[in-house]
Amino acid sequence: MIAEPDGPEGRLRRLTTIWSRAVFPVTSTSLTRPEFEELLLPLARRLRSALRDRVFDAREGEAVGAALVDAHCTAPEALSHSLDCLDAYLVLYCGEDGDQEDLRARSARLQHSMAAGFARALRERTLAEQEAIAQAALRAQGVVAQALHASEARFRAVFEGAAIGIAIADLQGNVLQVNSALLRMFGGAEQTVRGRGVREWTHADDPPHLCRLYEELVRGEREHYHVEKAFYRPDGTVLWTNLTVSLLRDADGCPQYQLALMEDTTERRLLNLRLRYEATHDALTGLPNRTLFFERLEKALNAGEGQRFGLCYLDLDGFKTINDSLGHAAGDRLLVEVADRLQACATAPGEMVARLGGDEFVALTTGPGTREEVDELAARITNALVAPVRIDGRELAVRGSIGIVEGPAGERSAAEVLRSADITMYRAKSAGGNRFELADPEADARAITRHGLTTALPTALDRGEFFIEYQPLVRLGDGSVRGAEALVRWLHPQHGVLGPDRFIPLAEHTGLIVPLGRWVLEQSVRQAGRWRELHGDGTEGPLRINVNLSPCQLTHPGLVQDTVDILERTGVRPDALCLEVTESALIGADDDLLKPLRRLAEMGIDIALDDFGTGYSNLANLRRLPVSVLKLDRSFTQGMQQFPADPVDLKIVEGIVTLAHSLDLAVTVEGVETGAQAEQLRLLGCDTAQGWYYARPGPPDRLHDLALADATG
Amino acid sequence: MERPAWAPRSIDISVPSVARIYDFYLGGSHNFEADREAARRAMEFMPGLPGISRANRAFMRRAVEFAAEEGITQFLDIGSGIPAFGNVHEVAQAARPGARVLYVDHDPVAVSHSKAVLAGNADADVVAADLRKPQEILASPELGRLIDLNRPVALLLVAILHFVEDADDPCGAVAELRDALAPGSLLVLTHASYEGIPLPEKRSRSLVDVYENIRNPLIMRSREEIARFFEGYDMVEPGLVPMPNWRPRTAPEDEDPYAFSGFAGVGRTA
Repeated sequence: MIAEPDGPEGRLRRLTTIWSRAVFPVTSTSLTRPEFEELLLPLARRLRSALRDRVFDAREGEAVGAALVDAHCTAPEALSHSLDCLDAYLVLYCGEDGDQEDLRARSARLQHSMAAGFARALRERTLAEQEAIAQAALRAQGVVAQALHASEARFRAVFEGAAIGIAIADLQGNVLQVNSALLRMFGGAEQTVRGRGVREWTHADDPPHLCRLYEELVRGEREHYHVEKAFYRPDGTVLWTNLTVSLLRDADGCPQYQLALMEDTTERRLLNLRLRYEATHDALTGLPNRTLFFERLEKALNAGEGQRFGLCYLDLDGFKTINDSLGHAAGDRLLVEVADRLQACATAPGEMVARLGGDEFVALTTGPGTREEVDELAARITNALVAPVRIDGRELAVRGSIGIVEGPAGERSAAEVLRSADITMYRAKSAGGNRFELADPEADARAITRHGLTTALPTALDRGEFFIEYQPLVRLGDGSVRGAEALVRWLHPQHGVLGPDRFIPLAEHTGLIVPLGRWVLEQSVRQAGRWRELHGDGTEGPLRINVNLSPCQLTHPGLVQDTVDILERTGVRPDALCLEVTESALIGADDDLLKPLRRLAEMGIDIALDDFGTGYSNLANLRRLPVSVLKLDRSFTQGMQQFPADPVDLKIVEGIVTLAHSLDLAVTVEGVETGAQAEQLRLLGCDTAQGWYYARPGPPDRLHDLALADATG
Repeated sequence: MERPAWAPRSIDISVPSVARIYDFYLGGSHNFEADREAARRAMEFMPGLPGISRANRAFMRRAVEFAAEEGITQFLDIGSGIPAFGNVHEVAQAARPGARVLYVDHDPVAVSHSKAVLAGNADADVVAADLRKPQEILASPELGRLIDLNRPVALLLVAILHFVEDADDPCGAVAELRDALAPGSLLVLTHASYEGIPLPEKRSRSLVDVYENIRNPLIMRSREEIARFFEGYDMVEPGLVPMPNWRPRTAPEDEDPYAFSGFAGVGRTA
C-alpha cells in the first residue's frame, strides 16, 4: 500500500516508524528493524480506530498491549517507550479533526488499557514460562533420577554379587554397609559385622604397622593400604584375608568414608601352611626335616652377640643290621619310636629335634646358655635310648653315637657345624659307639684332612705324586748294608710330603691300595735291579729289597701273578725280594689266605713278619706261617736306648731271638738309634737292623753311596 | 558403568545454568532466581549482555537463512539452550519446509524443556549430550534418525565454545565433528572475546569472574584463537567478523555498541 505522505495512511506510517524506533532497541525479537516495524503497523491501525470509534472499547488497547508481549517486547521499557510515543504522537498523527479534548482523554484511556493488557499478557507469559521451566526441571529431575537409579542398581548388583567382601565405614570406624560376600566370610550373621567398629576387628597376628596405616588413612594422609590380615569369626575360628582399604573423598576432596575390599585367603593359607609343613617335615616321623633344621640352625648361627648354639648329632649304632634282619617296616617303627623319645627330650623354647635322613637325628638348642644345656640334652637323649624298643614282641636295644658341637653364634657356617658334628659322631662310633663325644677342632682338622686326602688319592697315583724312599738294612755282625726297606711317600701339592701312616689306611679303605701297592712293588724291584747292575751279586748275595704288603693286597687274587710278572719284567731274582706282612694281618689267617704267601715263599721270596710282638703274638702259629724273617717291633728296642738297658726288655728280646733261630727264622730289629743299642742287639743275636743310627729313609742313590762305602770301608 | 556426561548427580535449581541465564538476557522467564541473580551480577559489570545475546540470535538467524539459501536442509545446533522465539528450527523450516534440526545440550532442564517445545515436530529433536564428547552426539539415535551425515550439514556452535576450557580440548572436539561431516557442510560459530567490548578489559574480567564463581568458566579467546576452530574450513565472506558485520540486513551503525563484542563467522568444508 503506497501512502500519500500527508494522507491518513502516511501519517499512520510515520507514527509506526517513530514507535518502532523507540521500542526496537529494548525488544528481544530476532526480527530486523523493518520487519519489526511491519509488525507494529497493524497495532498502530487498531489504536487509530480505537481512538476514533464512536464507542470507546478499552479491549482494543488491551489487545495491543498483549500483542507487544507476543512480539517479545517484554522489557518494562518496551511499555513505557510505547506509551511515551503514543502519548505524544497518537492524537497528533491520528486525531485528524476531532475534538482535541476528547481525543486526548481517549488516548489516555487507551494507554491505560494498553498498560493493563501488557501487564496481564506479561504476567500470563511469565507464569507460563515459569511453569514450563519448572515442569522441565521436574522432568529432567525424573530422567536424571532414573538414570542414577539404573546406575545405582547396577552398582548395587555389583556390590551384592561381588565375590570379594566389601565394607564401607565412616572415618570414625563405624561399619555402615557390608555386602553378602563379606557376611559369608564372617559366617553369615549380619549383626556381628554391621554396626561394629573397625577397631574391634583387630587380631593377634595383625602386622605391627597396621595401626599406623589406618590412622594415616582416616586422617586423609594416605589413599589406600594393602595388608594380609586375620579376623576372628563369631564362632572363634580365624578368617584370613587379603585386605585393601581405600579412602573415599567427596567432590571437594574431603575424606568421607573408608572402603574395605577383602578376599578370603583362609583356604589358600591353610594349603600353603600344609605345603610348607610337608616341605619341612619328615613324613615318617613327623619331625622337622633337614630343610627346617638348616633354617633354624642358620637362624641360630646368625643370632648375634652373646647367643650360642648346641647341637647333638645322633646316629643309631647297628641300625642297618636291624633293617636287614627284621625288615624295613620294623626299622621304620624303630625310627618312629626313637623320634618320639627324642622329641620328648627337646621341649624347651629354642630346642628342636630333626631327622636328617636314614637313622640320623639331630637335636638343637639355642640361646646364651647352651654350654651346659647341650650336655644335659645329650644326657637326656642317651637316657631316652636306654629302655629297649619293643617291636613284634622283640626287645630291641637301641644304641646311638652322638657327636656334640657347641659354640658361639656368628663364627661358623651351618655346613661347617654339621660336618664337625658328623666327624665327632664318627669318633664316638669308632670309639665303640653308644656314647657321646665333644667336637675337638684338632680332631676335626684331622678328619677334614683325611677326607681331603681320600678324595685326592686316586688322581695322585695318576699324577705321579708318590715316590719311594729307601732305608738301609744293615747286618749287625759286620755292619754291612744288606738291603733296604722301600717306604712310599706322597708329595701332596698342598700338604707336602706325607708318610704312609697318613694315607695307607685311606688307600686300604678305598681299595686304592691294590694299584698303589703294585706300583710300589714294581718301582722297588726295578730299583733292586739297578743296584744289582751296580754292585753285582757280590759274595754275600745281592742287595735285597723289602716291600710292605697291606692286608688288602694279601687277599687280592692277583698278588702272586702280579709279583711274578714284575720279577720277570725286571729280571730280578726272587731271593732279592722280601715281602713284609704285619703280624696282625695274619692273625687267625686260614689256609686260603696263606696259600698265596706259601706260593711266593716257594718261589724263593722271603716273607717277613712285620711289627712282631705288638699284636697277639701267637708263637705256636709261627710254625704254620711261610715266614723266614721276624721284624721285631721298635717298642722292644726303645728300652735299650738308655744305659744300662732295661733288663726285662733284654730278656724278652733274647727269648724271641732264641725262639726265632730255633725255628730257623732270621731276626731284624727296627728303630736302632744309638751305637750302644746296635751293640746290645748284636750281642743278643739279632741278624739285621735298621734305624736312624744307620740311616734315615732316603733316595735310592744314598743307599748306593752307603753300600759303596760299606764295600770299600 | 560411567555416568553419562550429561547426567548430573541431581538437578539443583539453586545452581545457575548458563542456558537459563541466557534466557533471562533475552527477556525470558524460563529461569530461576539463582539464574537471575547470576545474570544481574554479570550485567552489573556488562550491562550490554542482552544486546550481545540479541546480536547472537540475529546472526544465527542470518546464518541459518544463508545456509538454507545454500541448499542445506540439515542443522545440528550444539549448545542450543532454552528454546526461545526465532529458534533454528523456526527459521530453517520457514526458509525450507521439511528442514531437519537436531538440538544438543548437556543441561538436562534445557533438554527437557526443548523436548516439550518440540513435541509434535517430526523434523526436530533434542539430544542430551556434551560437545566435549562428540561421539556421544554422533552416535545418538536421534542424530541417526534426523541427520544424514553423507549430506551437508550446518553445524551451529553459537555462543558455546567460550564455555569449553582448553583442558577439555575444544579444538579436538570441533575437528572430530568436522571429520564426521560431508563436504559442503557449514560451521556457524560465535565466540566471546575481549575484542570489541566497549568497556575497559578490567570490567570484562569481572564478568569472567562471575562465570567462574558459578563454576561455568567463560573463556575469552582472541580472534586468532577463534579462527583456529575453522581449521579445515574455507571461510565464507566476510570471514570472521563482529556479529553485526556478518552479512547485515540493516545498517550496522544502528546496532547496539555491545553487539560488536566477540566474533562470528561461517566456514564451509571442502
